[in-house]
Amino acid sequence: MKEMLIILFAAILVDNFVLSKFLGICSFLGVSKNLKTAMGMSGAVILVMVASSALTWPIQTFLLVPLHLDYLQTLVFILVIAALVQMIEMVMKKTMPPLYNALGIFLPLITTNCAVLGVAILNITKSYSFTDSLINALGGGLGYTLSLFLFSGVRSKVDKADVPEALKGLPITLIAASLVAVSFFGFKGLVENLFS
Amino acid sequence: MKENVTDQTYRNPQERLEEQKKKDSPMQILLDGVLFQNPVFRLVLGTCPLLAITTSAKNAVSMGLAVIFVQMGSEVIISLLRKAIPDKVRIPAFITIIAGFVTIVQLLVSAYLPALNESLGIYIPLIVVNCIVLARAEAFASKKSVFASLVDGFGMGVGFFIALFLMGTVREILGNGTFFDLHIPLFGTVIEPMMFFILPPGGFFVFGICICFSQMFVKWMDKKRGKPLSPPPEAGHCEACGSCTACSGSEGTNV
Repeated sequence: MKEMLIILFAAILVDNFVLSKFLGICSFLGVSKNLKTAMGMSGAVILVMVASSALTWPIQTFLLVPLHLDYLQTLVFILVIAALVQMIEMVMKKTMPPLYNALGIFLPLITTNCAVLGVAILNITKSYSFTDSLINALGGGLGYTLSLFLFSGVRSKVDKADVPEALKGLPITLIAASLVAVSFFGFKGLVENLFS
Repeated sequence: MKENVTDQTYRNPQERLEEQKKKDSPMQILLDGVLFQNPVFRLVLGTCPLLAITTSAKNAVSMGLAVIFVQMGSEVIISLLRKAIPDKVRIPAFITIIAGFVTIVQLLVSAYLPALNESLGIYIPLIVVNCIVLARAEAFASKKSVFASLVDGFGMGVGFFIALFLMGTVREILGNGTFFDLHIPLFGTVIEPMMFFILPPGGFFVFGICICFSQMFVKWMDKKRGKPLSPPPEAGHCEACGSCTACSGSEGTNV
């Protein structure tokens, strides 16, 4: 239990996927403009991250490793994720229309989100067990949500601010992201102290 | 940030044809990739590896070389197969081809350069989802000839390489006081190296400053040439996310 909590909080706060591992920056900069889209995207990312971890871990352990095909990891994982996203989209459209309306448009975007493939590969390289992998994926998704939530708030202020001409647009957004990333440094060492 | 798009869109057809011809010359494709349409500074694609890897110039250079290889290889193969791949399944097909090349890089690096494999870590397999490679496959290689795709792959790869090298150099010198692991005399005595620059926040900061300079450069070019370069995609716009190949702009209409 303690182990799981450590993995969860480490993934959310200390090794935040966006702000410290730089996974999913494209969508982070893309959808943080308004809070509603940001939350929709985050929901979809959490869902797909957990689902793809639940699928890629057994594939790696029970299929690729026994058959000595683990060099095909990258290829298999990305295809599995692409197929999974498509399936989730179709099932959701048929069975849960309200949820589809909220998250549906973000689902196709997620196939090429590095955070999803990143978490699947990280689970393997860190040799997590199946439950640990799921928790890591959940934590990663929640961490993505947290940083997106905070950043979209910061960004709505930054967009109204009067900045020098050359810094307008993307540069000031990135500098703001840098400051948000600094704030996450406050969590360094938190996990060890909290659970030791 | 908004530039005047109208006079670009409503040109007379003759002029557009000439422009198109000029655009297709190998030199122009190369220049576009390296400078005018630089994937990092102008198109803002592939930010994830850019920020994660550029803590040292050495890592940046090796990542850059890997991307040049994957970009050229996959663009050539996709261009060769562009008539054979059905339109409906083109994205999965492109991803598979790209993943094939990434696997080649992965195997080579882990066999011959294990130390590098350690320091680049998961960012090598993540070249598969690097927005630049897929975006160029969709926007260029799936439409143009093999030779043009080869040149475009090289140009875009080199453009990415230069951006990585630039940021890696700045961050390593300021953050660690070294350049390619060689100690720079000024640091440690006169100036204390600033850890900030090799930490994640420093990555965002240096990238922001780089984009700022590139915008200034574009403005200066525009003034000199008297007409604007093709407008850069706005931050937060669909084009800037690189996933547009998969989403066909649904996000842009909904925001």
